[in-house]
Amino acid sequence: MVEWRKVSIPLKRLAVGGVLALAMAALPASASLGGDAASIQADQIHMQGTRTMRAAESYTVHEIQGENGTTVREYISADGKVFAVGWNGPWFPDLKQILGTYFDQYSRARQAQPTTRIRRGPVLVNEPGLVVQIGGHVRAFAGRAYDPGLLPAGVGAESIQ
Amino acid sequence: MTIFNKVLIAATGVVCAFSVACGSGSSPAKANTIVQTGQNVAPIVVNSGPAASLSGSQAFSYVNGAFASVTVCVPGTSTCQTIDGVLVDTGSSGLRILSSALTTISLPQQNTAGGNPVAECLTFLSSYTWGPVQTADVQIAGEKASAVPIQVLSDTAFPVPAACQSTASQSADTLASLGANGILGVGPFAQDCGNSPGCVTTGSAGLYYQCVSGNCTAMGEPLAQQVVNPVVLFPTDNNGVIIELPAVASAATVSGSLVFGIGTQSNNGLGSATVYGMDNQTFSFTTSYNGTSYPGSFIDSGSNGYFFLDSSATGLPDCTNATGFYCPTSPKNFSATNEGVNGTSGTVTFAIANAETLFATTNDSAFSQLGGPSVVSTSTSPPPPASSLDFDWGLPFFYGRNVYVSIEGTTAPGGTTPYWAY
Repeated sequence: MVEWRKVSIPLKRLAVGGVLALAMAALPASASLGGDAASIQADQIHMQGTRTMRAAESYTVHEIQGENGTTVREYISADGKVFAVGWNGPWFPDLKQILGTYFDQYSRARQAQPTTRIRRGPVLVNEPGLVVQIGGHVRAFAGRAYDPGLLPAGVGAESIQ
Repeated sequence: MTIFNKVLIAATGVVCAFSVACGSGSSPAKANTIVQTGQNVAPIVVNSGPAASLSGSQAFSYVNGAFASVTVCVPGTSTCQTIDGVLVDTGSSGLRILSSALTTISLPQQNTAGGNPVAECLTFLSSYTWGPVQTADVQIAGEKASAVPIQVLSDTAFPVPAACQSTASQSADTLASLGANGILGVGPFAQDCGNSPGCVTTGSAGLYYQCVSGNCTAMGEPLAQQVVNPVVLFPTDNNGVIIELPAVASAATVSGSLVFGIGTQSNNGLGSATVYGMDNQTFSFTTSYNGTSYPGSFIDSGSNGYFFLDSSATGLPDCTNATGFYCPTSPKNFSATNEGVNGTSGTVTFAIANAETLFATTNDSAFSQLGGPSVVSTSTSPPPPASSLDFDWGLPFFYGRNVYVSIEGTTAPGGTTPYWAY
């Protein structure tokens, strides 16, 4: 298990006016996975959540506590790109919001999965440029998604939770 | 690899370390006895399910699905319809019926205090269900619950909100997508939503909605109006269920019983079953495998295989065609330990066979050695992160065991609810 280098950054409170302006700027291009820091703020607004940050060696994790009890973690690299998202809680987050431009690829991959012998279990998508896995059951879900091509050097998928 | 040297304190005050057998679970147990008769006993069957009779390319044979018949009635009347092919799911709570299966009766719509119709979006792992909340008297075997809020699955009764579609991307509101005529959720929670955030006080995308002029917006739903585990509304035998299925290798049809109540009748006692307490927030317990603990693990009749780890951790190759299942060249044995929050522990042994070989016998629908990964295998494994995966003990776990599921907030023999026992 990878342990955090705990460079703890306290809860960051954003001025309401500033947040709204940022959200309006960011939402049309709503991109979380693959997006920039502004897209994380858009997600925070969307989830009506509170946000904290943690820093690892080559990236920062923004953790958003949503009002529906689900926590979303967005992993942003030193060059300012969201390379992964992870989440857990009683309900799904808005996957369209947090997967951003990757959501359509995710949906296509899901619809392409064979149904002749249907599988009822964890969701696994392993596509070029997109890995998604979701497990758990009603009232306790966990999931993560990342673009393998965006992982910073030295950061393995096992770091994403 | 981390070995958690946790010490659990049992509710009785007895201190138990993981290395000490606090409970005495072992597996496989001797052949289980299946109750056949009683007003609290409903027959269940594992077979290809109602979607097998669909025409053309829509037809598919369900794998490891246990189906029951449920009778729903207009409340307070004898106007009823019996729906067969309803999937028995211990991983969710509440009765959901396809609108397309309700062919001879119409049920009354649930409305808000302001008179607006209520609908629900419930997200399961691989899809969501959407549709109006309606009220029915529900009969299963000799048990009857009155005025039960249920979900009627339909993508057209009210338009699916974008926020609902954004949760899972696929709906399961037709026979072709669900593979069943409904879902009988008899899991460990009383209501499907409960007091979880976003359920009662404030609305949250992906849960309850009120619909005005065809436009549905999220809202809080009072506990008493939520879609409820129908078992808790039975006058008796309302503290849980037992799923009883015989041991099987592979078969076209397996018959068993869904027994209501735990320790409430002469036919539903705990017997020698070991009680595994579950976390009352996540409804999970811990499974340990190869020195690592997976605290989000759970038993779920609605999952149709053993889903655990990945190919690098198990040594089981992923299937090429049967995507999402394991395909070893020969069956491989595994041993894992389940640990309840009450300090009990017990070893489970199971085997995983080649899914494509199993599926080649197209008449079969029950497979005790079917399994698959719970995470995507990556070149940088092992091990995968503990927090994002778990052991999902699906229906194969139930073959040859009587599995007890007690419901939160009820009293049942053997310990604090909710728990599993087997």
